[in-house]
Amino acid sequence: MNDGHEAIFVAHDLTKVYRVGEVEVHALRGVDVQLFAGEFLVLLGASGSGKSTLLNILGGLDTPTAGTVRFDDIDLTGASEAELTEYRRHSVGFVFQFYNLIPSLTARENVSIVTEIAREPMAPEEALGMVDLQERMDHFPAQLSGGEQQRVAIARAIAKRPRVLLCDEPTGALDSQTGVRVLQALARVNEEYGTATAVITHNASIADMADRVLFMSDGRISGERRNDERKPPTEITW
Amino acid sequence: MRALDRKRWRELWQMRGQAAAIALIIASGVATYIISLSTIDSLKLTQANYYQTNRFADGFVSLKRAPLALLERVQSIEGLREAEARVRAQINVEVPGFPDPVTGMLVSVPEERVSLLNQLHMVRGRRPAPDRPWEVVINEAFAEAQSLAPGDEIIGIINGRREDLAIVGIALSPEFIYQIRPGDIFPDYERYAIMWMGYRGLSVAYDMDGAFNDLVFTLNRDAEPAAVIERVDALLETYGGQGAYTRKDQLSHRYITQEIVGLEAMARIFPVIFLAFAAFLINFVTNRLIHSERDQIGVLKAFGYDNLTVGLHYVSVVLIIVLAGAVVGIGFGTWAARGLTGLYIEFFRFPRLDYVLRPDVLIVGVLVTLVAGLAGTLHAFRSAVRLSPAEAMRPETPPVYHRSLVERVLARQLLDQPSRMILRHIGRAPVKSALTALGVALSTGLVMSGNFQEDAVDYMMWSHFTLAAREDLTVTFNELAGDEAVFELAALPGVLRAEGMRAVPVRFRYGNRSYRSAIQGYGPDAELHRLVDASQDPIRPPPAGLVLTSYLGEEILGVRPGDTVTVEVLTGRRPVIDVPVAGFVDEYIGISGYMELESLNRIMREGHVVTGGFLAIDSAEQPRVFDELMRRPGVAAIAMRSQSIESFYESFAETILIFTFVNTLLAGTIAFGAVYNSARIALAERSRELASLRVLGFTRGEIAYILVGELMLLVVIGIGFGFFVGRGICALFAEAISSDIYRVPLVLEPSTYTSGAAVVLASGVISSMVIKRRLDRLDLVQVLKTRE
Repeated sequence: MNDGHEAIFVAHDLTKVYRVGEVEVHALRGVDVQLFAGEFLVLLGASGSGKSTLLNILGGLDTPTAGTVRFDDIDLTGASEAELTEYRRHSVGFVFQFYNLIPSLTARENVSIVTEIAREPMAPEEALGMVDLQERMDHFPAQLSGGEQQRVAIARAIAKRPRVLLCDEPTGALDSQTGVRVLQALARVNEEYGTATAVITHNASIADMADRVLFMSDGRISGERRNDERKPPTEITW
Repeated sequence: MRALDRKRWRELWQMRGQAAAIALIIASGVATYIISLSTIDSLKLTQANYYQTNRFADGFVSLKRAPLALLERVQSIEGLREAEARVRAQINVEVPGFPDPVTGMLVSVPEERVSLLNQLHMVRGRRPAPDRPWEVVINEAFAEAQSLAPGDEIIGIINGRREDLAIVGIALSPEFIYQIRPGDIFPDYERYAIMWMGYRGLSVAYDMDGAFNDLVFTLNRDAEPAAVIERVDALLETYGGQGAYTRKDQLSHRYITQEIVGLEAMARIFPVIFLAFAAFLINFVTNRLIHSERDQIGVLKAFGYDNLTVGLHYVSVVLIIVLAGAVVGIGFGTWAARGLTGLYIEFFRFPRLDYVLRPDVLIVGVLVTLVAGLAGTLHAFRSAVRLSPAEAMRPETPPVYHRSLVERVLARQLLDQPSRMILRHIGRAPVKSALTALGVALSTGLVMSGNFQEDAVDYMMWSHFTLAAREDLTVTFNELAGDEAVFELAALPGVLRAEGMRAVPVRFRYGNRSYRSAIQGYGPDAELHRLVDASQDPIRPPPAGLVLTSYLGEEILGVRPGDTVTVEVLTGRRPVIDVPVAGFVDEYIGISGYMELESLNRIMREGHVVTGGFLAIDSAEQPRVFDELMRRPGVAAIAMRSQSIESFYESFAETILIFTFVNTLLAGTIAFGAVYNSARIALAERSRELASLRVLGFTRGEIAYILVGELMLLVVIGIGFGFFVGRGICALFAEAISSDIYRVPLVLEPSTYTSGAAVVLASGVISSMVIKRRLDRLDLVQVLKTRE
């Protein structure tokens, strides 16, 4: 237990081996990790340390080679395709490094494609308001800057009111100034809705805004740090 | 699902070029299918309705002369329902202002009532009036060819007397849909007329008053035709009956049916190839299209869309394209089929058009393309959803490349890096590359098969008229003539050479197979009209035994040289004899048996006689020769070789060529669709890679070379295979439309190969230009930014 909060995710002894062409990659080598309700967690590691693989497994986008993951009462490792779909649809929001917006849909429509299938979503306009994009709602992705696209992606992820938000290098493709606005949006969502948030990054300065930081290297958790005080995103630079 | 709907429509709009190309392939496939099948169905229906409405007879027989009183006995024959007695006569005609000899067939019609059978369909004017003996109705084809109308007069030479014949009407008859002069192989509407005249006038003129020399009849529904024929023959034997026959041996019906069968063969082979090809392409294209969407499938799944919803989304995209194509195909196909049927109906001169499009044709056409499109979609979709969303969204892992075979053979220095990339990429996806090449090969073959028919027809004509039938004129006599008639012909001024011939109508029988045809007897020293063997060398008729057209011997009767066939002669004393088969001759047009004139005359025991002759004439003297021949009452018909060739190309070739044109057009469309789609998909799949090369300093030309070079290499390889595919399709085709009327030789001119290659190559070049333009506009930063 952590500060009296219940653990949302409990992952135990996760391993992941996959093949890239003719090469076998050991992405995870026995990872134990927990994520608690309302927590803002940063997973810090160099490129290739296995953090994206871990996030994908937590989000039900990928399955581990061995080990278990529980989300509340659901065993994600043993879940069927339909259960995983259900889980992704209602419980988890994703933000990807390269936004993965649907280019043929406007910002508003990119959000509604998710709210249309969610159980108690917020209005797309409200979600876009959270990330300060009310003015650009009817623009297509190609008409938005990188930072704006990433904020649309955040709006899309939070609009379903997920229990947990998983962000894979959300500022990886952005400059510091734009990145800060994205981080602000994430922090605001975390504070206002209490959404448990896990951010993976190789950018050590972002770690300061977390409640807790996990260090990853070579497919393992190599360390853990607890920040007594979370630094506001505006004070972060890189 | 409103956002998904919007996504669908916007993406369809974005890929409209490619979607249109796919839809075009489908449209072509469906259209060809509809055009071919509904044209044939409509022709058959029109023919059947015409026969029924105008009461076309089931049986036919010519005889020397019988009293009208015999009709009562004919009508009492078991199995025979109705019979009508007529007088038929050959006649020479002069058309004012037309120099060539015209021959005609006079057929009597009842004056007081409408004919019982083979009723005329009056196009203009009226029937002959009972009290005016020299009024005639002429057939429409002749009237149009000679610009004759009711009110005009022509001159008939009846028993040596010139009579003015008043044209009172123009008509069509189910009996003479195809009108061909005895001794001719193709119709010549300008020089051969069918004329109907009142019975009284005609019978008096030909000394047939109270008698008949021609009989037509219908059968009871449950009658056994062969048995009725036998009874009719038995009854008419003493009246000089020449052997009754059913519709299947009736000249006009046989030709029409054969031509419809020929079209049907084309109509079955072509659309099946087209549709199969369209289906294959659709499968291929949708497969690759969906494959390129795999990251979007990953995103949708990451946000909780289930496989079914995402699957239906992509199925609906393909469905819209396929259905749009099918609708265009049905629309165009129906329109073109109507037009084509109209042309055929005009060509055959059916009185009216009955267009029919069977629902099953429609359903099959649409269903095949739909299933193919969906199969391609689902196949690709399955492999996309099988990946975890994380993997689907990741760029595909770098595919494993190997040094290509060519590289290993060729010295490294000979290939630059881009050429190596081309070879490795082809080697990396051999199936994909092979499919593209196969598409190109099929397109090439389809275009070739369009041109093939022209080649084949030219070769048939060359073989027949240059090697075999080299005479300028063929003269047919009214009745048997002594062989001095040949000397008389030879002595005419302007005639360079004359050779006698005898044609005897017979029925060949071998085992339980039989075929009604003729034996033609030629002199041993025949030079003008020759027999040609399989290697296209002239041969002489054997001194003993019978030579058969190989199609008659091998396909119809199933005999081999050395076997003995039974010959039932259908004229004169009607002897039945067994004759050994001495060999086969290869002929592309018509089928017959051949003997030396003397041995034929020995069998017939009617002395040294001929039924006609072949003439070589001095072309400057042609009018004089005609004039002399026309004046002889014994001359029934004169056929001109040059006219036969001309009229053939005017009529027969025209119908075939319309079909060919439509097919070539559609084949070209498919060729373009195949190449263009491959190119567009390749562009989508590799734009990142190519943009990276641009960033590294490659010029636009150099990256275009990598993509266009691969495309064109596959096109060239495909064309090479296409030549074999084309030859295969043509062989299939030649086999299917060969019949007893003509056999189609598998002859492919170099120009057919080149045009096949040219159409496909042009599609390749146009597609390459489109690709080049897109590559030139490649936004490097944008492409590289979207991932990693």
